[in-house]
Amino acid sequence: MEPIKQIRSRTAVLPYTNIDTDQIIPARFLTTTSRAGLGASLFADWRYDEQGTPKADFPLNQSATQGCRVLVAGRNIGCGSSREHAPWALLDYGFQAVISTEIADIFRNNSLKNGLLPVVVDEATATWLLANPGVEVTIDLESGTLGLPDGKKVPFPLEGFARYCLMNGVDELGFLLSRDAAISTYEKAHA
Amino acid sequence: MKTMFQKIWERHEVVPETADTPAVLYIDLHLIHEVTTPQAFTLLRERGLKVRRPDRTFATMDHSTPTRTEQVFGGVPFSIESAAKQVRQLEINCRDFGVELLHLQHDQRGIVHIVGPEQGLTQPGKTVVCGDSHTSTHGAFGALAFGIGTTEVGHVLATQCLLQRRPSTFAINVSGKLASGVSAKDMILAIIGEIGVSGGTGSVIEYRGSAVQALSMDERMTVCNMSIEAGARAGLIAPDDTTFAYLERTPRAPKGSDWTRALADWRTLPSDSGAKFDREITLDGHHIEPMITYGTHPGMVIPVSGTVPVKRNDPVFDKALAYMGLQPGQPIREQPINVVFIGSCTNGRLEDLRAAASVLRGHKVASGVRMLVVPGSQPVKRAAEAEGLDRIFTEAGAEWRESGCSMCIGMNGDNVGRGQYSVSTSNRNFEGRQGQGARTLLASPLTAAASAVRGRVTDARELLNG
Ligand code: SF4
Repeated sequence: MEPIKQIRSRTAVLPYTNIDTDQIIPARFLTTTSRAGLGASLFADWRYDEQGTPKADFPLNQSATQGCRVLVAGRNIGCGSSREHAPWALLDYGFQAVISTEIADIFRNNSLKNGLLPVVVDEATATWLLANPGVEVTIDLESGTLGLPDGKKVPFPLEGFARYCLMNGVDELGFLLSRDAAISTYEKAHA
Repeated sequence: MKTMFQKIWERHEVVPETADTPAVLYIDLHLIHEVTTPQAFTLLRERGLKVRRPDRTFATMDHSTPTRTEQVFGGVPFSIESAAKQVRQLEINCRDFGVELLHLQHDQRGIVHIVGPEQGLTQPGKTVVCGDSHTSTHGAFGALAFGIGTTEVGHVLATQCLLQRRPSTFAINVSGKLASGVSAKDMILAIIGEIGVSGGTGSVIEYRGSAVQALSMDERMTVCNMSIEAGARAGLIAPDDTTFAYLERTPRAPKGSDWTRALADWRTLPSDSGAKFDREITLDGHHIEPMITYGTHPGMVIPVSGTVPVKRNDPVFDKALAYMGLQPGQPIREQPINVVFIGSCTNGRLEDLRAAASVLRGHKVASGVRMLVVPGSQPVKRAAEAEGLDRIFTEAGAEWRESGCSMCIGMNGDNVGRGQYSVSTSNRNFEGRQGQGARTLLASPLTAAASAVRGRVTDARELLNG
């Protein structure tokens, strides 16, 4: 995984609460055995009509959101299915961070493991971001802050170990494998 | 004084958590299926790793598999080629890495969350994970069970461990007892309606109280299954004599002196009286009614006797109702429907099929309604057939299928059509969950079967008592 220190981008906004992972990537795209190319199916049923034509009123189909790497969503994004295809699809599309007041547990975990940054902010910040699509924000991992256009820096929680892994491009499997002796001891004691 | 969660957690800490690092948590049982594992096995191959404990890993196939008998047993090709490929990939992965697999034609195969308990692999005090959010189901046995992503599936395959921060605890007490005609599905839908779809985020729920203790194992699994629909990491119910009686009959539970030893240990698991939970609420079981969803997440739920809520200046609510084609303020009863689905890891067990059959007996599925009954596993299917339930379904005009996830997720071609209303015993009414444009109303097997008979949303008590 590439180390991430800072993300600076305009925001794309999806002003819906409880965006579940079935919306992020519908189940019919899960019969794949790879993780490549899922960005094309991101939000498929919101993005395209029955003929496969992009719907003009969906934010990701509008020119203003092209190239945006930060997604702002209503409360509780990522609820539902544990499919890791959801962060894979968001990353493949080009997003690097998701901002909301609440991010569902499994989706948050899966995101961290793939370098998609989950940013949980307070209600007032989220309300402002939802009402002002396209603003430039700076997400800084070192300080754990979200920088807004007026210069304000809003702190967001990021578990220390996850931050360390993201900033140094460390993958957790390597860390777990290095605990092999402790795991063997545990297995002997509990055989 | 400890909660059951604390006891199980502490037993599985290989390395306890610190301020800097999460705990290394040992996993006793890793269940796998075809959809969320291919990329994890790819990772293992890339890094030259083995499965550390094939003996603690157990595979089934359920999501992408067909339910038509001729496709399962008759060699007729799958409807979706990529689904067939995914199933083949699981066979290859299990063979290459030495993992036991219930293959397509295996007589014990079924939905992963039905198979684990049925085999007796799910046991009190164990840690159980699966790349599937409804792993919470296994908490019905007092196992700490939760869903993980594919990267974590890779971690468990390679190390039998996960890195985890300790979640908080949440006690949900359901006092009194459920009224007749009210089921475990109604209980969990009422709970989700009460706390909301993110009400359990970050926590492990322990369901307690007399109404919970009175539930059978099949019913407890229905409750724990939908913990994730409240956003919780896991759901737990204390093991008791009901649990032990169920386990004793399963093929892979401990036997002989191992059983005696296990039983003594399992009896120490329930939360100590006076143990503190981070959060606690109580619902009155007497007041729970048959419930049904009207919107596009499981928290949008009302009694079958209720009306769709009216909300002003809420565009997300309006969007959900527009998708569902329902009006604010309309009674949900008598809403015409097109499809009824009985099945899934929520309500695809024998007692669920019995409940549906008890309503259907002597009736016909209303004309124009399609009813699909999909047992949760092949053993459930055979047990139902031994009781003649299959005949009740087919004589009423329903389709009787081989086991699998089927119309719960629609990955195998079993779909609800665009704009159609489906009363489903599954767990998710998200947009498009049962097929593009499908409109799902989640309910119990009783409500679903009664609605099939009348072709409209119906309180089963009208048919059972009338
Ligand atoms: S039955 Fe539905 S919810 Fe259960 S494991 Fe299968 S797809 Fe998931």
